[in-house]
Order: sequence, then C-alpha cells, then structure tokens
Amino acid sequence: MKKFDRERVLLAVAGPVIALVVAVALTSVVLLASGKSPIEPYSLMLEQATFSDIQVLILNQAGMYYLAALAVAIGFRMNLFNIGVDGQYRLAAMVTAVVGTHLALPSFLQIPMLMLVAMLTGAFWAGIAGILKTTRGVSEVVATIMLNAIATSVIAYLTLTENFGVPVGNNQTTGVMEKSGWFPGIEVAGGEIYGFVVIAVLAGVLYWLILNRTRFGFDLRATGASESAAAASGVNAKRMVLSAMLISGAVSGLAGLPILLGDTHTYSLSFPAGLGFTAIGIALLGRNNPVGIAFAALLWAFLDKASPALDYAQPEAYDKEIAVIMQGLIVIAVVVSYEEVRRWGLRRQQRRVGEELAAAARANGNNGNNDSVKEVAAR
Amino acid sequence: MANHDIRLAVRKGTVHALVGENGAGKSTLMKILYGMQKPDEGTITVDGEQVAFGSPADAIARGIGMVHQHFMLADQLTVLENIVLGSEKLHGIGGAARRAILDLSDRYGLGVRPDAYIEDLGVADRQRVEILKVLYRGATTLILDEPTAVLVPQEVDALFDNLRELKSEGLSVIFISHKLGEVLSVADDITVIRRGTTVGTAVPAETTPRQLAELMVGSELPTPETAESTVTDRPMVQVENLKLLAEGDSGRALLDDISFTIHEGEVLGIAGVEGNGQTELIDALIGLKHADSGAIRMAGEDITAHPTRKRREDGIGYIPEDRHRHGLLLESPLWENRILGHVTERPNAGGKVGFWLDLKSAQADTRRIVEEYDVRTPGIDVTAASLSGGNQQKLIVGREMSHKPRFLIAAHPTRGVDVGAQAQIWDQIREARREGLAVLLISADLDELIGLSDTLRVIYRGQFVADADPATITPEELGSAMTGAASGHLEHVESGDGSEEDDIR
Repeated sequence: MKKFDRERVLLAVAGPVIALVVAVALTSVVLLASGKSPIEPYSLMLEQATFSDIQVLILNQAGMYYLAALAVAIGFRMNLFNIGVDGQYRLAAMVTAVVGTHLALPSFLQIPMLMLVAMLTGAFWAGIAGILKTTRGVSEVVATIMLNAIATSVIAYLTLTENFGVPVGNNQTTGVMEKSGWFPGIEVAGGEIYGFVVIAVLAGVLYWLILNRTRFGFDLRATGASESAAAASGVNAKRMVLSAMLISGAVSGLAGLPILLGDTHTYSLSFPAGLGFTAIGIALLGRNNPVGIAFAALLWAFLDKASPALDYAQPEAYDKEIAVIMQGLIVIAVVVSYEEVRRWGLRRQQRRVGEELAAAARANGNNGNNDSVKEVAAR
Repeated sequence: MANHDIRLAVRKGTVHALVGENGAGKSTLMKILYGMQKPDEGTITVDGEQVAFGSPADAIARGIGMVHQHFMLADQLTVLENIVLGSEKLHGIGGAARRAILDLSDRYGLGVRPDAYIEDLGVADRQRVEILKVLYRGATTLILDEPTAVLVPQEVDALFDNLRELKSEGLSVIFISHKLGEVLSVADDITVIRRGTTVGTAVPAETTPRQLAELMVGSELPTPETAESTVTDRPMVQVENLKLLAEGDSGRALLDDISFTIHEGEVLGIAGVEGNGQTELIDALIGLKHADSGAIRMAGEDITAHPTRKRREDGIGYIPEDRHRHGLLLESPLWENRILGHVTERPNAGGKVGFWLDLKSAQADTRRIVEEYDVRTPGIDVTAASLSGGNQQKLIVGREMSHKPRFLIAAHPTRGVDVGAQAQIWDQIREARREGLAVLLISADLDELIGLSDTLRVIYRGQFVADADPATITPEELGSAMTGAASGHLEHVESGDGSEEDDIR
C-alpha cells in the first residue's frame, strides 16, 4: 500500500516539474532566437532572490497570490471556474477601505470586522454568479467575467469624490484608514513582511482541513470528480454550487487585504489589479493543493519581483518581459503535462494492479486453486 | 488485466466466440486487436501478414472494425450522417454514400433506413447501424463486444441471422459474450480466456453450456434460484400512481401510473428492454428526479418529497445501473469510494449531526469490505479505475450491504461480473432478503430476473404492462411481453396446449 502512496507523490510532483523544465527550455529557445544568452537571465534572477529586500517583496506578493489562488482552487475542486476573483477582491478591498476609513473600533475588533466586511463583499459578488447559475442556469464563467467589468464600474462610481473618494494629487483614493485597522507587520532585515501572510497560511491549512477531513469537503470534491455520482450519493448540486461560490468569493475578498491593511491603508487607482487572473495560473500550477499553490505563488512572485533587475543588468541588459513569457509558457505546459501525467498514472496503476493480481492468482493456482473451491463452497 | 500467452486464431468466414469472466482480459485483448492499446510482446497476423497497430485507424485500414457495447452514435443525426461521419472521403456524403449504404444493407440483410434519425430507432436498430458503420469502412473482421446484452431474445435471434449472413459472405466475426447458450448457438469456434490467458478452445457441437462454464471459471456454474420464499405481508415500499413527465415542452410521460408494493423479504423484478422507463423509475425512487404526481412510501412514511441524502440515510441501498457514472469516483482511492453515498453515516462520520469525517474507521471498514466481498485489489489506496468491472461491482455491493439497507435498488447487480462473484452477489441479496430486505431488481439478464424475483413486472414505454410468476415463466415468454406483444398476467403455457390466448390479454 505504501508503494501506491509513494507513487501518488511521484505523480503529483512529476506534472509541475515537467512543466517547469519545458517552460524554462522554451524560454531559452526564445532567448536564443533573439540572439541573447539562454542562461544568464536565470542566474541574474536567482541572484536577485538572495537579496533580503527582494525576498520580502516576494513573500508579500506571494501572500496575496496565495489567497487569490485558494479562492480559484475552491471553485476548481468542484469544476466551477470562478474567473471573477479579480472583481471580487477589488470590490472587497474598496469596500473594506471605505469601512475602515469611516468606522473606528479598537484594534482587536477592527481587524476582524474589516476581514468580515471583505469576506462578505467578496461572497456577495461571487454569490450573484452562484444564484444566477443555480436558478437560471447561467454559466458561472460568463457571469463572473461580466461581474468583473461591473465591479470596475461600481468601484469607479463609489470612489468618485462626491461619494467616498478623496483626491490626493493625481490619484483618487478612499482616504486613509483608521490606524486601529492597520495589520501589524513583521520587521526583518529587508523590510516589513505583511502580517497578513500569516492569515494566508492559516487559510491554506483551513482549506486542506475542510476539503479532506469534513463531510462538506468530501461532497465538494465528489461533485468535482463526478457530478452524477455525487448526485446519486445525495449531494444537493445546487446548494453545493452556491456554497462553493460563496466560499470562493469570501476567500477572494481576503486577497487584497495584505497590501490594504499592511501597506497602502487606502484603496486608490494604483491598487494592484489583475491578481485574480494571475491566480488562475497559480491554482493550476499548484494542482489545487494547498502546498502546491504555496510553491506556485512563491515562484510567480519570484518571477515578478526578480525580473525588473534584468532591465538594468550589466554588462548586458535583458528584457524583464522574459519573466512574463515564462509565466505564460508555464501555464500552457502545466495544462498539457498534467493531463498527460494523469493519464499515464492511471494506465500505469491499472497495469500494476493487474500484474499484482495475476501474480497472486498464479501463486494461488499452484495451491490447488483455492479461490474456486471457495466460490463453490459459498453456495 | 494483464494479458499473457494469448493464442487466438480466427478463420475467414466464421463466427469466433470469445468467452471469459470479466477481468479475464477480454477487453484488453480486444483493445489490442483494435489498435487502442499496444502489446508488450507477441504478434498479430492478418491474412498471413504480420501487422502492428498504432491506432484504431490502422486496424480499420487492415479491415478490422469494432462494434462497441455502448453505441457511439449521435442521436440528432440521421443514420446516413452517422455512418459517413469521419469517413467522408470514401463515398462523399450524398447520393454515392446512400447507394453504398443501401447496397451493404441489402447484401447483409440489415434493413437499415438511411434517413431515419438515430433518436427514433430502437436498440436493435441502432446496433445494426453500428454494424453497418463498420462495414462501410471496409471491415472484413468485425469485433462485437457483448452485442446481446441490450437485446431481448427475439432481437438476439435477428442479430444472429445477420451474423450468419455476414459469415456466408466471407466475413469474420469475433463475438464476445457471457451468455454461453448464445455462444454455442451462433459460434463456429470458441476460445476461452481465464485470468489473462487462453485456457482452451471448444467446438460448439460437442460442448454443453455447463462444460463451457467450467472451462471459463474452473468451477461449476451457479444458478440464481431462490430456495424458499421469504415474502412477508409487511409492506416496505409502496408506490402509488407514480408519474414522471419528460422535461421540456413535449411533456411525454416517462413513467405513467406506476404502482407497486414490495414487502419485507420480497424481491420485485422488473423486466423490460432498456430505455422503457427503468432509469427514470430508479431516479424517482432514489430521489434524483421528483415525481410529477403520485406517492412513494417507505415503511409507511411518505418519502415522496425527501431529498436523496435523506432517503439513503433512511435505508435505501443503491446498486446503480451505470457504476461508472453513479456508483464510483473512478480516480479516487477505494476508501473514498467506500464513503461515497454514505458520507453522513457511520463508520464514515460520527453520526447524523457533525462535521468531520472519520477517515480511520472508513479505511478500516474498506479493508473489511475488500476482505469479506473478495474484492481483488492490492490495497485500498489504489484508484477505483484500476479495478476490473467485477471487482468494482463487488466493492459497490459491499458498500451498500454494509449499511443494512431496508430497501435495495439493484440495477443489473451482476452486469459485467464474473461467474464466481455473481454467485456471491446473489447470495448476499438472498441473505439480506431473508432478514427482511425489500429489493427492486432490474436486470437485462432474464435468467437472473426469473431466478431471483418473487414477483415479476414488465415495463414497456413507462408503464407496467404485464406481470408474471417467476416460478413458471420462461425467458421467451417474458421477452415477448418486453417488446409490447403481450400484456396482462402472463401464464406459462405448454406448447400445443391450445389455450394460450386465454391468459394473455
């Protein structure tokens, strides 16, 4: 039995490793084609990762990616494609910023309250797609894409100066949040790590616990693995779709908080956008597994934060867009390699089970055909 | 499922039967012959020439075609369109193709109508379309995978006439089947496979079904006969005037005015050609579809409005007709499959209320099921997909029986299961029945149906059209009611008795 366990780990790791190797190789081909060194950019970026300030940037960025990718993964686990994480987290961050500016509770209440506001906003926005799907059969893909666009407009409207907006120079902000809602960071040599990174880790643990150790998680995974089998086993598909969307949205809502509560303390035009789309690739690469997603989020953040230095490299500069090319190639390679590895793994296991049983049968057969004696006796 | 030392020689112009328990390796062998899988060693020779198939396209090019057990036809297209689909280069898609199809249809007596829509055709007609599809692509060797599983006896005879026609024209047919009587009546040669290897060949004229079965399993063939009646007068399941309409505008009744009672200790068998409302009946009973009118009562309680989970918690066991779609999570380990359908019950979870799963007990109980129900597997961590069909079925039966159901819905409980496991599953149903289990049995295997049931009903176009006493009825008589030819109470009549019409109305 242990053997199959080890095999599962092997299969789980094989997919991403193959994808990464292929992506790196293809990126090198691109570099070669443009007449540059196919190796040096990697060593330059790796060198960047040794600097403590870059490490802090990577960690902070990864924390946000992680939360957003968890949100996507919850949907993926039951075959729901929540493309709306982007709108959900931006809207949630904006609403949280406004609430945090106009309401002041003591810190131990303010921060949980702000988190709750963010989660409820995210859940509300995702829930619209969930309700449309369960009552009207609208594909969640279409609905969430639309909701992203609507979120952008809603944010633009709410941040108008006559509503909650506060202009600061060329920027339009929501005002500075009350200090009691600032999430304390962790001071290290290279700067300050967002304290919210700890929340992200906790979210990952909770994700694992709920999916793997609870009835709800089992129902959710069963629905993702086979909708028909889940229905026959008593899962209420509609309620499940709605729950998954709500939870996914609630986690999305948290994704913008690390930077909001830890750094900017306001929602402005320069608030990071597009996190929700990047998170789809990260969830894919991480195989919807909480540990896998953590590695994927770190890798993505590394490519983001180590690549700008390429532009200023001496003696020869490289385009930092190499990292973007690589991210794109990783996503494509991941999709192909996972499917291949999955099929290969299934075939391999089928064959091995067959072989083991055949071997057992032969061993039995020499013993005067025990099974068949048993079968007759059982009558 | 590994094949080894397989020897199979098919002569031109013959029907060659391939028999063996499921998991014996028939499917793997067929996949290799049809180019879907590559052999690790050994050779395949066609017309004296050694060949290597990389894909089904290679096999087709060599004149080997396959008719799958599950038809691969597009319902919304016509027969002509289905046949030319993917082979447009042969005769185009117009008049030439139509002529070619009609020509083939006439030559082999298939009686195919090119412009009929597949959705309007019955199972037997669809099968003929599948056969024609293969012939159209120039096949000279046809592989038929359990072609009779979905047919009633009369249709089986028609199919066999077609096969004889094919072989008289010099074509070869490889015929895979469990049903030994059929094999003996149609085959010219028989090859038996057991545990991945060919264990013998038989000449039909000199072999009895029993000898063949012994060759197949290395033991005697069990019979599905229930010894003594255990039927009580305590009703367990009462269904009254159940009606289920098709979704959409047509509003056609899929189930119409279905009423029956199953008592504790009673097995109610439902005979019928597939697609006459059996699936809908199961769905309505398990709660996947809700009745448009009528009532379902279990042990006196009205459960018509209960959701599936509540029904299962209350003691409805379910052996689904399509285990891959409704009974298993194929890519999950066995122990997760043991939880499926009973996620809120012990030993998988603490009790009716609660949040957590109890993985340790679930895994321990999976080991017990594997042991007690003789599921052949190296462990409980392998995926369900890596087990053979029969072993998957044993796992499902073990799982359902472990929860001590009061009412068991058993759809084709032994389909694709080897003879040894079949006996075991029958035993389990009989034993539970003795303890007061009510069973609704749906099966395409008429011997099984007659052998296990206490009461028999025939379903035709969503209605119960006939009932019969399993003690006296024969498969042929049941078969004629299944096609809608007879209704009312079916009484067995000795041939030449003269009073046949009296009781059939």
